[in-house]
Amino acid sequence: MTEGSTARIYGLHIAVVAVLVALNFVLPEYHHAVLARVLVLAVFAMGYNLLFGYAGLLSLGHAMFFAAGLYGAGLPLYHLGWGIAAAFASGMAAGFVVSAVVGLLALRTTGVAFMIVTMMFAQVFYLVTLYFGEWTRGDEGLVLPQQARRIVFGGTALDLTDPTTRYLLAVSLFAAALFATLAVVRSRHGRVLVAIRENEERTRMLGYDTFANKLAAVVTSGVICAAAGAAYALLFGYVGATFASVQYSILPLLWVLLGGAATTLGPLIGTLFMYYAVDIASGYTSAYMLVVGVMLILLVLFFRRGVLGTVRERWARWLP
Amino acid sequence: MAFGPHLLLATLEGLVTAAVLALTALGLSLVFGVMRIVNVAHGEFFMLGAVLAWAITTVVSGNPAIGFALALVLSPLIVGAIAWVAERLVLRRIEYNPEATIVATIGLLYIIQQLALTFYGPEARPVTPPFNIRIQLPWFGYSGYKLSIIAASALLLLATWFVLTRTRIGLVMRATQYDRETAQAFGIPVGRVYGAVFALGAMLAAIAAVLIVPIQQAHYLMGLDPLLLSFIVVIIGGLGSLRGTVVAALLIGVSDGIISVFFSPTLAKIIATLVVAMVLVFRPQGLFGTAAK
Repeated sequence: MTEGSTARIYGLHIAVVAVLVALNFVLPEYHHAVLARVLVLAVFAMGYNLLFGYAGLLSLGHAMFFAAGLYGAGLPLYHLGWGIAAAFASGMAAGFVVSAVVGLLALRTTGVAFMIVTMMFAQVFYLVTLYFGEWTRGDEGLVLPQQARRIVFGGTALDLTDPTTRYLLAVSLFAAALFATLAVVRSRHGRVLVAIRENEERTRMLGYDTFANKLAAVVTSGVICAAAGAAYALLFGYVGATFASVQYSILPLLWVLLGGAATTLGPLIGTLFMYYAVDIASGYTSAYMLVVGVMLILLVLFFRRGVLGTVRERWARWLP
Repeated sequence: MAFGPHLLLATLEGLVTAAVLALTALGLSLVFGVMRIVNVAHGEFFMLGAVLAWAITTVVSGNPAIGFALALVLSPLIVGAIAWVAERLVLRRIEYNPEATIVATIGLLYIIQQLALTFYGPEARPVTPPFNIRIQLPWFGYSGYKLSIIAASALLLLATWFVLTRTRIGLVMRATQYDRETAQAFGIPVGRVYGAVFALGAMLAAIAAVLIVPIQQAHYLMGLDPLLLSFIVVIIGGLGSLRGTVVAALLIGVSDGIISVFFSPTLAKIIATLVVAMVLVFRPQGLFGTAAK
């Protein structure tokens, strides 16, 4: 890794964040709101990408991490009247606990079994949110009251329902997750994860503790997804069991595959593209699931590396 | 009702679940065993079987038994044809790469689900049972149709067992399962076997769905539960083992029946799913299987 490529990588990432901040002032109202949502979901996809793209572990249960953050933040805010900062922290803590427990258990399996086990744990999580419907209101969900989504610093009040505040907070979260991912994948730990993806046996033989590295990846990934979930609850004020369903485990997989697995910026591109594809398609037909299904099949058939994966292969080998 | 008869009722209900589950899971297990791929769209083939059964019985007028018999033949054939086309067009081209297959079959799941929603609609619709006989037991009356499901499933399982172990087709399938390359070297058309096995797996799910649809309405989202339960059965029974699949289906079906009668169904599902996840974690080869190669 030369000095030049390091500067180029950081330059590119800073430029992306700068463009996103600048868009706050130029975007029309509708797209402004959509982009705020896409950025939070892109953080979810980035968390997924860390595990799937870099460590090569295909999970079908990431909805539970997102939902852990969602409920971890939403429930105490709604029922106990916690403040925004405390709620966000408790959402991330919930993600940490859930991903640590699931990681410890699920990582005893590999390959297909790992996928099925994560899917089952996520299903259990989903059913639990329905079972405790008295507090979660199940599928119907909770709408967080507007006055609870304000934070007061001395004299200035930060209102999370204000579009500009919401957008800028979404960009901040996105930037934090982006640079955290970048730091992880460029670190020693990140390289070990890639080595595990390529050949786990050989990595273990070289003396690396593959279990500890994979567990760390599951937890980091889980906490990033939970942060996205917590932010989603606080910024958009809705907490519902839909976000814990299988569908939300599959969507991040689709976003990551489309944008390019194991690329830091791929999840943003995938999420953005897919969100607009579904949005535009639903203008013509209600059959948005058809769009998702056809996209998934076309991706594995003809476009296995995704957008940025292809760009990296053809033109820019330095992309992280 | 006293505890004894209540338990008997729960066991009978469980046996009906087990009968349908064994067929569905056998389909998944065959595909898993021979082709070494996970078909996430398996539950949708089940749903498609049920929805087609509704469509066929609605078109055919007259005695409900005629429509049902027709559905029992046509619905699996149509589902099998769809599965065969999907296998030839998609799975063959990605060369059965395990992860790509999962993603592709998830795509298939969404497509089938959306088409069912668009053309069939969001309603749950019943199918008239082919006959209505109540068998009077000393404590309660029980639907004769439900008992016939158990019998039909047992017959079909025996037939599958016979085909797999006693016929040339079964031999070819087992050879492909055992060693794909050697089988090919001996002139077995592996590609065609894969297509046939994938279609057969889907047909078993469709038959199971046609059998159950008179007592459980057809709905476009009905595929998820059979998918998860089939995974559970295949895992507990051990991969590619017919006997294991049947035993596991009995175990899961009957215990599911009993737990749902005495506890809330959601709690039953939570417990069952958690238990199975733990089996996978601590005994990945299944309760009856031997250690994986």
